[in-house]
Amino acid sequence: MLDDFFIRALIAGIGVAIVTGPLGCFVIWRRLSYFGDTLSHSALLGVTLAYSMEFNIAFSVFIISSLIALTLIRLQKRTNLPGDALLGLLAHSSLAVGLVVIGFLSFIRFDIMGLLFGDILAVTVDDLLIIWIGGALILLVLKLIWKPLFASTVNYELAEAEGLNPDRAKAIFTILMAAIIAISIKMVGLLLITGMLIIPAAMARNISSSPQKMMMYSIIGGLLSVILGLFSSLEFNTASGPSIIAASLFLFILSLLKIKQSIKLKN
Amino acid sequence: MSSNQNLLVKLNKAGFSLNNKWLVKGVSLQVEKGKIVTLIGPNGSGKSTTAKIALGIYKKIDGSVEKYTNKVGYVPQKISIDWTLPLRVNDFMVLTENLNKETIDEALSLTGVIHLKDKNLGDLSGGEFQRVLLARAISKKPELLVLDEPVQGVDFTGEIALYELIKKISDELNCGILLISHDLHTVMSATDHVVCLNGHVCCSGSPMDVAKNNEYKALFGEQASQILSRYEHRHDHIHTDQGEIKKN
Repeated sequence: MLDDFFIRALIAGIGVAIVTGPLGCFVIWRRLSYFGDTLSHSALLGVTLAYSMEFNIAFSVFIISSLIALTLIRLQKRTNLPGDALLGLLAHSSLAVGLVVIGFLSFIRFDIMGLLFGDILAVTVDDLLIIWIGGALILLVLKLIWKPLFASTVNYELAEAEGLNPDRAKAIFTILMAAIIAISIKMVGLLLITGMLIIPAAMARNISSSPQKMMMYSIIGGLLSVILGLFSSLEFNTASGPSIIAASLFLFILSLLKIKQSIKLKN
Repeated sequence: MSSNQNLLVKLNKAGFSLNNKWLVKGVSLQVEKGKIVTLIGPNGSGKSTTAKIALGIYKKIDGSVEKYTNKVGYVPQKISIDWTLPLRVNDFMVLTENLNKETIDEALSLTGVIHLKDKNLGDLSGGEFQRVLLARAISKKPELLVLDEPVQGVDFTGEIALYELIKKISDELNCGILLISHDLHTVMSATDHVVCLNGHVCCSGSPMDVAKNNEYKALFGEQASQILSRYEHRHDHIHTDQGEIKKN
């Protein structure tokens, strides 16, 4: 069954959606969407290094993205530049360096489109293992840091005052962000990973009344987007990443109808 | 020494500066089990800063803080909650500690907001939210309660009832309370120790001592001083939310 590329892509996509659901909620709550973008842009550098040193892509992306995240945190403390400028600086410079490195690696054939927008044909059985094992680890760690992370998301000072160590939770969450980008890069492509994190979670926000529900709906939305997106990708021969994101946009628009209804109710 | 066993938090000449400006400096105070210590002082005198030093929120401080408990309940003066989070009162109650339903319900009933349990935090009024904040802080049965203007925005009868509740909690749980309040009546009737701040400790001691202090008079005026020394009225009942009267 795993011989079929489409089945592999489906299993990979489902694994990715289960993890991006909860993480995406935190990305929205903590206002980290541009942070996610920066990490995923830097992933290109990770990919090129993986190719040039014949290293596993997911590991290499994870390491580079983590380094960029740590650099960002250090720069934030040491310079007077605003956060968004630093994000832009790191995002575009790491993207540029990645592209320059690709130029030097002329002996390797690169599928740039596949890197940027995802390629379901490229998902191997090894990738499935990385996605599911890596994904399970990400969710496990998220569960372990849930209390301090969530409490400090609601209010940093309350969490700090009542002894929950929010700084450590924040640092660990940053590493989790790098990890999710590393495992989902092949499926969604590095330009669209943040979309996979944000859009299902945004859809879920529109229809949920508690944080737990928002996470559940976000996972369900991600799963539906993956399934819808992959089938249409197969049907219309479009790239997998954009198809999945377009499907999630469709779900988001549907969720707006629900908001409209509840506003009517209130009036 | 028994006083050391009861010690919950102690500040030794603690101070905190931001952008080369001292917010508060040289504060020494201690909170013990079962005691209420109240910080008073004009706006900008460093009351909230002192509370945050005691809580360990500010880390780069002058002087030192010794904290002997991790069971802390905190009601901040200002709290901004991001409404991108769908958060009901019930979710908020278990924010820093998992509690069972009975404990949650009991705390919400005590502050008179049990009927709001399933409401979204964003839909509450200022006073209602303040009651929820207080309920959350007491529900985990803390050893140290830090209350930064806990009744701001609460209606007049509610205010009195909540202060009575705070006093009751201090007795029942035997927890120490660091209270910041502008209500001098309350301060003087229920407090064991008053610290009057104005960027530094301008005077401290029992309510009566502070009331007689000249610096205090200069800061708050003669009238405030009379409030303190005159205050002897005691309640033998509390008013519930529905207007009934409950005997203590």
